[in-house]
Amino acid sequence: MGIYLDHNAGGPVRPEVASAMAEALAEGGNPSSVHAGGRRARRRIEDARAQVAALIGIAPSAIVFTSGGSEANALALRGCGRERLLVSAVEHASVLECGAAVERIPVDGAGIVDLVALEHLLAGDARPALVSVMLANNETGVVQPVAAVAAMARRFGALVHCDAVQAAGRMAVAMSDLAVDFLTLSAHKMGGPSGIGALALRDADFPLAPILLGGGQERRRRAGTENLSGIVGFGVAATLAGDDVSTGNTILEMYHLRDALEPVATARVPGAVVVAAGAVRLPNTTCLVLPEVAGQTQVMALDLAGIAVSAGSACSSGKVGASHVLAAMGLGGMAGCAIRISLGRSSRAEEVTAFVDAWAELAARKGFEVRQAAKAA
Amino acid sequence: MTAVANNTKIGRGPGQPIYLDYQATTPCDPRVVEKMIPYFTEKFGNPHSRNHRYGWEAEEAVEVGREQVAAIIGADPKEVIFTSGATESNNLAIKGVAHFYKDKRDHIVTVVTEHKCVLDTCRHLEQEGFRVTYLPVGTNGLVDLAQLDEAITDKTAVVSVMAVNNEIGVIQPLAAIGALYRKKGAFFHTDCAQAVGKIPLDVNAMNIDLMSISGHKIYGPKGIGALYVRRRPRVRLVPMINGGGQERGMRSGTLATPLCVGLGEACRIATLEMGAEAERLRSLRDRMLNGIRARLPEIYVNGDLDHRIPGNLNISFAFVEGEGLMMGVKDLAVSSGSACTSASLEPSYVLRALGLDAEMAHTSLRFGLGRFTTEDDIDYAINHVAEAVEHLRSMSPLWEMHQDGIDIKSIQWAAH
Amino acid sequence: MAYSDKVIDHYENPRNVGSMNKDDAHVGTGLVGAPACGDVMKLQIKVSPEGIIEDAKFKTFGCGSAIASSSLVTEWVKGKTLDEAAAIKNTEIAEELALPPVKIHCSVLAEDAIKAAVADYKKKTGAG
Repeated sequence: MGIYLDHNAGGPVRPEVASAMAEALAEGGNPSSVHAGGRRARRRIEDARAQVAALIGIAPSAIVFTSGGSEANALALRGCGRERLLVSAVEHASVLECGAAVERIPVDGAGIVDLVALEHLLAGDARPALVSVMLANNETGVVQPVAAVAAMARRFGALVHCDAVQAAGRMAVAMSDLAVDFLTLSAHKMGGPSGIGALALRDADFPLAPILLGGGQERRRRAGTENLSGIVGFGVAATLAGDDVSTGNTILEMYHLRDALEPVATARVPGAVVVAAGAVRLPNTTCLVLPEVAGQTQVMALDLAGIAVSAGSACSSGKVGASHVLAAMGLGGMAGCAIRISLGRSSRAEEVTAFVDAWAELAARKGFEVRQAAKAA
Repeated sequence: MTAVANNTKIGRGPGQPIYLDYQATTPCDPRVVEKMIPYFTEKFGNPHSRNHRYGWEAEEAVEVGREQVAAIIGADPKEVIFTSGATESNNLAIKGVAHFYKDKRDHIVTVVTEHKCVLDTCRHLEQEGFRVTYLPVGTNGLVDLAQLDEAITDKTAVVSVMAVNNEIGVIQPLAAIGALYRKKGAFFHTDCAQAVGKIPLDVNAMNIDLMSISGHKIYGPKGIGALYVRRRPRVRLVPMINGGGQERGMRSGTLATPLCVGLGEACRIATLEMGAEAERLRSLRDRMLNGIRARLPEIYVNGDLDHRIPGNLNISFAFVEGEGLMMGVKDLAVSSGSACTSASLEPSYVLRALGLDAEMAHTSLRFGLGRFTTEDDIDYAINHVAEAVEHLRSMSPLWEMHQDGIDIKSIQWAAH
Repeated sequence: MAYSDKVIDHYENPRNVGSMNKDDAHVGTGLVGAPACGDVMKLQIKVSPEGIIEDAKFKTFGCGSAIASSSLVTEWVKGKTLDEAAAIKNTEIAEELALPPVKIHCSVLAEDAIKAAVADYKKKTGAG
């Protein structure tokens, strides 16, 4: 259909995942039923739970399956029992908008959470707090110093939540290294299906207050008949993603593609800016600014050229307005002029080249100085 | 797709028991699976990506699904929001309305035989300071309209009455309830997880303000459901999951396109086939009940037989313990009590609410018949159940006492 | 939950199902449990003049584990003295049948049934 460079919004389900899901869909069974079909469904769920747990190095009992990242974030923030919620200004909307108690921790120009400001926030109010800082940003790919945030939070007796939705499967994510209490995962950002995610707990017995009440599923932490095919798909995707990260295969390819894209793009369009170029970032994400040209305009022009990228994150792109992430980084007027290019494991060099060509053409139409592509050696 | 194509007997692989547990879950209809598959691998866009065709294609598919869900309950598609399932829908409807209107209304009316997630939500709201009236049911499982009318006050925020009970299949008089509550300004929520696709539903004719729908009870996938939320007069909710603002701000989070497509297709098929299917199931159920009655004395049907969906039978086999019986009918997949609680060994609260003694509640099995149940399945089940019950009665001390004319209630049993 | 092979075997091929005449002077009857709790066990023993249990019968209303527990103890008590039979511990029954924690009460009930049958016999014969 065209070139898809919007993998941070979600990508295709991997073939191994799709076939496992088709089988689970056809087989059925209610995991709470005690007859053979129910027990088989239960076993599939527990196998998948172990697969997801292995991805981040925790015990299976510490995984609570949810309907996705947004629900997992809500479960952590609402269920942790803390009065104060300190969240970074670049968090996903499901964290930022989780109730009136949310206070924002500022970030610096590279989008990195301001630890001095966090310390002041923690020291300034004795009420028990939860600190929520994402591992990698969905719009810029910037990786946060989560372990340092956690160490500081702990000094003040605060709990720590980390939204690792964009990071998992694209970089190593070990719950023990991050030293956070809660971690959010989503299947459809790692080659799994949409509609399924998880909240991982450092302490499997943490008294989490559930959002969904009812049956005793998920050890009373999340009621509702389990999304069997989704969970099975998540498990397979987690295993495959874990293999990718440990072998580095597809991850390195994305990294090289991305690192080739940025200098070429800025060489062709000298007026363009790569956001947070110097920061530690996910290997697949580039955020490009074409000053004075609205991100929406760029995205639509690229769509006409058959290339799918996004302006801001998919969840909020229906809304008019600049990215809250880029605004928090102090990009001012440029915040509305950014696009995100996010690669997937299937992305190829020709696709990246096609993007740069189409985007340079758009820049030229908008009056930017555009240079010729370097001849291939 | 091979997994689907090879499945010659839906919901029952080779050597697997006959599936008679359609109220616990239903197999996903192969037609539904077929519609879903392309949205995993080919049409994988995020339906909220508004600026490229991958997103538009996914959004269009989601909206078709929404129209199909709306159509089966006579609603406007704009009034349907997708959730992760009926449990979430029930939680959102009751907590959402209670929290939004809490300054003016602090009272909730529900029924003791509701699904556990409705009761647990109500108990949670009681802890927050809401008052909850739990109405009893008659021995037939139906709510008393006069009692319901009396319970609703001008402080009542929401009246939550399920359409069809998951254990005994009885149908509550929704239209009559809908006519009652409105004069007092309360909202009417109904858990229709077991009703959609089984009985005709019309949110306008029945004056329903909020309705919970489940995917996996109607041959759709697990992990998806819907909540109908009336727009005129407008019902407002405090969301449980905030963020992206999807689903009219009532339920944030990326929509799972294949699941929305699957729920829609399941509703479309149910709309087309409901009438004929109800007839077929009624005749199968009658065949089963008559067959068992002809073979076994001392069996009792729990719940009203007339006001009941055709695909449910709940029978107490006196003097035989339900779990032991489950083990005896190993060629059948059935349940004793509801699937959510049957691991807890407690007798079903629904059966207790009908006035059944604990000992009778312990002797019950639920048979759920559905789309892929055949006459052969039923004939096999009748014989299998009768043999198992006869075998267990032959080793039941209670059956022996009954045969000897001893009244079991006259014995002083030591509690343990 | 999954049942162990031994539970399934006893459930499908219960040993010593039946009843003896409870008025027989050589028969001790134990009836324990309650219908409201979902388990009732009746265990009967026939005791020789030498004080050896020569036969045992049971009837049980309950789950597979309850049936298996009572079937098993009818095998175990045969040939034992009253004191040996009364010394059978529920943990031995649970272990033999690999009962999961939620089913331990079935083995407790079987132990109680033996003790009740022995006590009934002793009461009848005045030996207690």
